Amino acid sequence: MKTLKERIQYIGENFYLVLILIFLYAPIATLMVLSFNGSRSRNQWGGFSLQWYAEMFESSAITAALQNTLVIALASALIATIIGTAASIAINSMRQLPKTIMMGITNIPMLNADIVTGISLMLAFIAFGISLGFKTILIAHITFNIPYVILSVMPKLKQTNQSAYEAAMDLGATPVYAFYKVVLPDIMPGVLSGFLLAFTMSLDDFIITHFTKGAGINTLSTLIYSEVRRGIKPSMYALSTIIFLVVLTLLIITNFAPNRKKEEH
Amino acid sequence: MSKKLLSGPYIVWMIGFIIIPLVLIAVYGLTDKNGAVTLANVLAISTPEHSKALWLSLKLSFVSTVICLLLAYPLAMILRKRNIGKGSFVVFIFILPMWMNFLLRTLAWQSLLEKNGVINGILTFLHLPTQPLINTSGAIVLGMVYNFLPFMVLPIYNVLCKIDDSIINAAQDLGANFWQTLLLVWIPLSVPGIISGITMVFVPALTTFVISNLLGGSKILLIGNVIEQEFTKGSNWHLGSGLSLVLMVFILFSMALIAKYDKNGEGSAF
Amino acid sequence: MSQSLIDLVNISKSFDGELVLDDLNLSVKENEFVTLLGPSGCGKTTTLRIIGGFEKADTGKVIFEGQDISLLPPNKRQLNTVFQKYALFPHMNIAENIAFGLKIKNKSKSYIQDKIKYALKLVNLDGFENRTVDSLSGGQQQRIAIARAIVNEPRVLLLDEPLGALDLKLRQDMQYELIRMKKELGITFIYVTHDQEEALTMSDTIVVMNQGYIQQMGTPEQIYNEPENAFVADFIGESNILHGTMIRDELVEIFGAKFACVDRGFGTNTPVDVVIRPEDIDLVAPEDGTLVGTCTHLIFKGVHYEMEVTTPDGFEWLVHSTDMCPVGKKVGIHVDPFDIQIMNKPASEDEEVAAYDE
Repeated sequence: MKTLKERIQYIGENFYLVLILIFLYAPIATLMVLSFNGSRSRNQWGGFSLQWYAEMFESSAITAALQNTLVIALASALIATIIGTAASIAINSMRQLPKTIMMGITNIPMLNADIVTGISLMLAFIAFGISLGFKTILIAHITFNIPYVILSVMPKLKQTNQSAYEAAMDLGATPVYAFYKVVLPDIMPGVLSGFLLAFTMSLDDFIITHFTKGAGINTLSTLIYSEVRRGIKPSMYALSTIIFLVVLTLLIITNFAPNRKKEEH
Repeated sequence: MSKKLLSGPYIVWMIGFIIIPLVLIAVYGLTDKNGAVTLANVLAISTPEHSKALWLSLKLSFVSTVICLLLAYPLAMILRKRNIGKGSFVVFIFILPMWMNFLLRTLAWQSLLEKNGVINGILTFLHLPTQPLINTSGAIVLGMVYNFLPFMVLPIYNVLCKIDDSIINAAQDLGANFWQTLLLVWIPLSVPGIISGITMVFVPALTTFVISNLLGGSKILLIGNVIEQEFTKGSNWHLGSGLSLVLMVFILFSMALIAKYDKNGEGSAF
Repeated sequence: MSQSLIDLVNISKSFDGELVLDDLNLSVKENEFVTLLGPSGCGKTTTLRIIGGFEKADTGKVIFEGQDISLLPPNKRQLNTVFQKYALFPHMNIAENIAFGLKIKNKSKSYIQDKIKYALKLVNLDGFENRTVDSLSGGQQQRIAIARAIVNEPRVLLLDEPLGALDLKLRQDMQYELIRMKKELGITFIYVTHDQEEALTMSDTIVVMNQGYIQQMGTPEQIYNEPENAFVADFIGESNILHGTMIRDELVEIFGAKFACVDRGFGTNTPVDVVIRPEDIDLVAPEDGTLVGTCTHLIFKGVHYEMEVTTPDGFEWLVHSTDMCPVGKKVGIHVDPFDIQIMNKPASEDEEVAAYDE
């Protein structure tokens, strides 16, 4: 039994959801359609074609950028996860004041504007005498990734049962053994989601990479930026389509596979 | 005790790549080319060219933030209502575009808005006059809203989900209608999410140079463009750093807002 | 129309295809303390939420003083609810919480002030106006939730397991307070609980529910002394439920022994369920007992001893008595006729399930 008012409200809500969805997806859908357009023009349909995909895979600039992007994302996420998880455990056992200071500094790269973070890192690399290139991109990405790891791991650490760790030691485990057997499995979901978050943040970053990359090296983001400023190449549309589909698949796997497992238990 | 040693690598990293770089910006910003201390780089913001860019940045990012808030709050409320007990698929659909590369999202709007772009193509097809869409302030605001909307939706949605149904029921039970419940219960209880969302939209919008570059053309300069050009083209790092320091005042202000209204991190987006 | 204040007429409700309430009918009189009692999932909270307007029934009507209010939203109903988890507004202090409903109704400032004072006094929390919600204990929050509801002078107060989260001692204190408030306010209370003791202590009328059906409705004495079926007997207090045969009026056979009782009208040689409360069993010398058994279990419970007496057929009789019977001793079982409660065997398969599910 629903009143007329409730029904109207329900329809209104659906209408709103659909409008927002159109706003969010129309541009992406446009890119996808254009990636199959035989014509270079954006307002004329030149028939279905895969030529931009072929062009994309033949371009050494794109494949090199893709490789850089993936290597940097993977490496920076991995290193950030290790440093960040260790730091979280330490911070969690600190007293109030040092804890507040540590968390305050951790928040800086997250809340600060990317342009400021990028510039400041660039100035630092030059001051330290590190020449800009692959290395500096990696360091910069690790820097802005660590906070995401800490923010994912800390809540899990707060939830872990301190007495389980103590009980393990009471039963004769060394602190290291107790950590691997008791604490780590507990915080593993946080560590994993921290890693994934770091990985995607690194994939998506443009601004900080822009300032720290130096000449002669590109990630996908910086490549797209320079290409777009020179005038749009339809191979960028093909690239967008592929990236979107890959991201979609990855997110569906990570979001819904673990849930299903949980439900089974 | 040994646990604290685990923070060693991070502390070194923090000092080397968070604190020292920020100090360097201050050093560059407060000195001139000869190393003499000066406020000139900071005060350069008051020149007509720079203050115009800052003012325009403030205006456009403010408008974008307001639009994002107005779009996101009802959306977050509907999502909360729809999502209860159904897994996160609906929410997932709405944040998926956020994971699409930022530049590609902006590129998409460029393709739509251009003089020979998709929208004008459709207008021509319908025998309507083409519109100047790209290279306007409106295009920049559109790009900002499109790119940053998820950053507003997520924190608000997260906070709304933590509000217990029985509190809403209690308000209705005591005679409050929909608008009264919204004003007296929903909004006050979602302040941490709203504040967090506002800063997460306002800061990147205020400091962007990509969106203005791709959708605003070379004629519209935001403060982000000015700073970026000082570092990549103009090569006056001292001036760029000085202007960054001005920008940081606004960033610090929003950090302070978060610290005041979202003490427990309830409004965090992730 | 009827004299009742609230009538539920043929209410049915299901969630996700699962029937929670099945054709429920219930009427509540003005100024009555009615308790909906039953195990979790029996539909009692859903019934309350339908009265409050937070759920809409799939079919059926809610009648308030002769008016159909089935489609009226909660904010338009002349009743207020005290929620299980208190549901105080965390961003308001105590006075603001209590004033919420009055401000919505645009009452004057002085009126609101007076009401806050009065309500805080009623719940024994004078001077708490400016405290924050999270500085209060669970019991205090519960009192504020009650104060917040009653300042609106509702015709009916709905209470959804309001004492569920409190510890035992506090719960008992609050029971007496609720009875006192009910008397002072002179309004109708509809109370939901799964705690039979709470129900027996406070109610004028108890409605025992299970699996979406009303099992029995009556005064606490009726419910306790004359349960209508095995579910009610088992749910309310402890009891021995036995299979018996009604030989004729006022005579029932249990395990081959004939007990005199006071029930009539079950026919002759009819299979029935027999309920005997453990405190109604007298342990006597073997030669004086209607049945003879051996004491197999003995626990001291403070007020009384709890014993189990096993009869030759293998049934373990639960007995409460201030007299102790050592384990292994042979005893006779005697029950006074008026302490034996005869019930019809469940008629339908549905009721059978309902009766033995617990």
